[in-house]
Amino acid sequence: MRYLPLTDADRAEMLSVIGARSIDDLFVDVPAAARLSGPIAGLPLHASELSVERQLRGLASRNLSAGDAPFFLGCGAYRHHVPASVDHLIQRGEFLTAYTPYQPEIAQGTLQALFEFQTQVARLFGCDVANASMYDGSTACWEAIVMSRRITRRAKALLSAGLHPHYVSVCETMARFTGDTLVTATPDLAEGAPGDDLATLIAAIDGETNCVVVQNPNILGHVADLSELAARCHEKGALLIAVVTEPVSLGAIRSPGEMGADIVVGEGQALGVGLQFGGPYVGLFATRDKYVRQMPGRLCGETVDAAGQRGFVLTLSTREQHIRREKATSNICTNSGLCALAFTIHMSLLGERGLRDLAALNHAMAVRAAERLAGVPGVTLVNGAFFNEFTLRLPKEARPVVRAMAERGVLGGVSLGRLYPGAADLANGLVVAVTETVADEDVEALAAALTEALA
Amino acid sequence: MGGADAAGATGGTFTGNRALMLEEALIFEIGDADRTGVDLPAPPEVASRLGGLERNRPIGLPGLSEPEVVRHYTRLSRQNYAIDLGLFPLGSCTMKHNPRLNEKMARLPGFADIHPLQPVETVQGGLALIDLVGEWLVKLTGMAAVAMSPKAGAHGELCGLLAIRSALEVRGDARKVILVPESAHGTNPATAAFCGYAVENIPATTEGRVDLAALKARLGPDVAGVMITNPNTCGLFEREMVAISAAVHAAGGLVYCDGANFNAIVGRVRPGDLGIDAMHINLHKTFSTPHGGGGPGSGPVVLSEALAPYAPLPFIEKDGDRYRLVEEETAGEHHAASFGRMVAFHGQMGMFVRAAAYMLSHGADGLRQVCEDAVLNANYLLRSLEDVLDAPFGPSGPCMHEALFSDDNLADGFTTLDIAKGLIDEGFHPMTMYFPLVVHGAMLVEPTETESKAALDQFIGALRSVAKRAQAGDPALKAAPIHAPRRRLDETAAARKPVLVWRDPAPQAEAAE
Repeated sequence: MRYLPLTDADRAEMLSVIGARSIDDLFVDVPAAARLSGPIAGLPLHASELSVERQLRGLASRNLSAGDAPFFLGCGAYRHHVPASVDHLIQRGEFLTAYTPYQPEIAQGTLQALFEFQTQVARLFGCDVANASMYDGSTACWEAIVMSRRITRRAKALLSAGLHPHYVSVCETMARFTGDTLVTATPDLAEGAPGDDLATLIAAIDGETNCVVVQNPNILGHVADLSELAARCHEKGALLIAVVTEPVSLGAIRSPGEMGADIVVGEGQALGVGLQFGGPYVGLFATRDKYVRQMPGRLCGETVDAAGQRGFVLTLSTREQHIRREKATSNICTNSGLCALAFTIHMSLLGERGLRDLAALNHAMAVRAAERLAGVPGVTLVNGAFFNEFTLRLPKEARPVVRAMAERGVLGGVSLGRLYPGAADLANGLVVAVTETVADEDVEALAAALTEALA
Repeated sequence: MGGADAAGATGGTFTGNRALMLEEALIFEIGDADRTGVDLPAPPEVASRLGGLERNRPIGLPGLSEPEVVRHYTRLSRQNYAIDLGLFPLGSCTMKHNPRLNEKMARLPGFADIHPLQPVETVQGGLALIDLVGEWLVKLTGMAAVAMSPKAGAHGELCGLLAIRSALEVRGDARKVILVPESAHGTNPATAAFCGYAVENIPATTEGRVDLAALKARLGPDVAGVMITNPNTCGLFEREMVAISAAVHAAGGLVYCDGANFNAIVGRVRPGDLGIDAMHINLHKTFSTPHGGGGPGSGPVVLSEALAPYAPLPFIEKDGDRYRLVEEETAGEHHAASFGRMVAFHGQMGMFVRAAAYMLSHGADGLRQVCEDAVLNANYLLRSLEDVLDAPFGPSGPCMHEALFSDDNLADGFTTLDIAKGLIDEGFHPMTMYFPLVVHGAMLVEPTETESKAALDQFIGALRSVAKRAQAGDPALKAAPIHAPRRRLDETAAARKPVLVWRDPAPQAEAAE
């Protein structure tokens, strides 16, 4: 067994130092009835590296990976090109196999990277401060509602119709147990106003409202100006929580913080992390200075050491579970450290110019693709304004169309029927994401597959 | 700039570097808005569809060329301790060897480059992989079902408690209290509070185990359940676990077990045989997925028959040789009682692949050996150190995978912190400090099964030496570490006036002039 260094001679010698006759002596506290006498039945015995590799390659080969097909899926997870040096750097053992930086003197590498990450996220979102990451965007969204409830001492949250339905589900699951009231809606496929419910939200804000949660770009890809919504929230003593599932969009459009959001949460997967069938991802979380002690999650702060040198530590831990126990701001213990590292390295490679260029490229390619696909007979483009993702209304249900295209080797988008199984009026919607990884011939392949599937 | 300050402070070099130990400024100090490390094609000419929302002010991001980025993060990495560098004896955190085969497998495009919303026919291998890991977890724990989507251990706790609460609600039983022993991880009470429960502590006996009599006395119609860690955070197996479960069940409650320490019993004891209803398993601890400087974790939760119907969405069902993903739409046809969705997608797929590679490599026989070697190594440490360090539960019998010491026999003014910082100078990451709270100045040491006897002996020698210095009141120990990239850091100052982001110093410098 290649991962276990002890020899039988070592084991015998160590048992004699301990004063035990056999290994069984060390398990005397386990009730006899619960002790297993041999390896658990029904599971295979140990295997060579070659054999394990063969088995897992077999499973991997049963999947159609994005690189092997024209690929247009988004809706909360985006495929971008990740520079080779990102994966190389996060695989350095000193990053990959380090623990949470509880001993700052020998964890400055992780800590400085987190401090840089926090600064990048705060600037990207237009906020004062950011934490050192959450599990993912959906759980960060619920944490923001909890934080907002703590600040406003109100328990009603208004969720925009454009918020990712899985994010809504996560919040609904939790709200059922915490007693929070959530007001939700489903988006509208009417042309020119996809999920554009800002006026409805504004009308619904009252003195009981804790926060309004709005996603930008939203689930249909629509982008909106949140400034007036923010102003109306503040007039009524509520907070505006903005959700960003595609951080690359902020290279092209104004940040939620700049538009007045109080808490901005996001999914950082698009930068550095990759699709990975849904996880691990990295939740982004930023807010204003005045709310920092109400924030969930880990925070890295600057300080000095005994010799006066600049250094970094985890800080404000009196908010956290290991100090405050049941009074903590959140039960979160782990963060997504390594994914945050991948995100920050990708952001460092891009820089201001690279991110703006990448965003411009995404937008231009998406616009061109949208125009091409809107030319497919029977298909209409729903969006007025969008970034790199848009919604097509098909003349029939999108789910079988998506399956038919997949059979032709084209991963053509996400059907709204899958995301909103109960809403018949959304069934014809197809959400298409176009990033820099999409080539012109991919768009042609999608147009051809769509034409055929609709024929 | 950091470099110049460092040079003065260390009284040495112009750069602040010390030979191979290189100082590194922040990206904001070395980058430039006009520099970039990526080459992108020019975008096609199109009319903007951004709806007038074009960004009209800079983000404020520094750009670096690719060589600068590679050098920056390589230099930073060298200021970290890691399991690849040496023994990492963090009790309760379990830092073991991370096989690189796991990394290689997780990067296969068939796993790494698939989208969570792809048609299920195109991801049958991905669903099969999740099902494979789930099946191993169910068999290793002797439970009825598994929920794969929780993102980390504490998220798994939430999953288990939501299942418990759902089961009670279905029974029409709105119980409000969760009992948590005082030796529990801080996440346990925080989780219970996070899903709306009142939390009450249960004391430990002088032997370091849950006080069964106190627990029984508190049980009643308002108690939804208990959260117990077994093996517990004192490194001991809860001998009375079967009796605890029986008492809780008899009082109408359910038993949550914090499975953070499952590596101590994997392959030798099945938690299902102890009467447990829900337990999360930290894949990074027991199944060697890397910790990555703080995460990602992964916290699948195994469930008893009583809780299985309440498992969160989505979950996977096998239909012949085809896998089906049960989501909101079809949940009703399968498990109408599911409490809902906990995360946007299907959990930590990248971690499942790594765990699968580890499980298949070890097999059922290897996992049993893992548990035996982890326990053997911990007891070897306990017995080799208890003559120099106070071991409050040494007389309680063998420990499991971790050994607990206290600061009871150090010189006045010397604490666990001094031992920890002294160990850094010896080239070791310190053990877990000041936890569990039931012991004064706790030092919780967990070697894991991937340490050789030679590595243990070297660590024992170092810890004995540092302990003796602390007993003799050696003032030099108070200055430790002196060989680390940084001396003791001022954590109080960091908390009092938090500096959480970098701000351009230029305007401040002008203001001062």
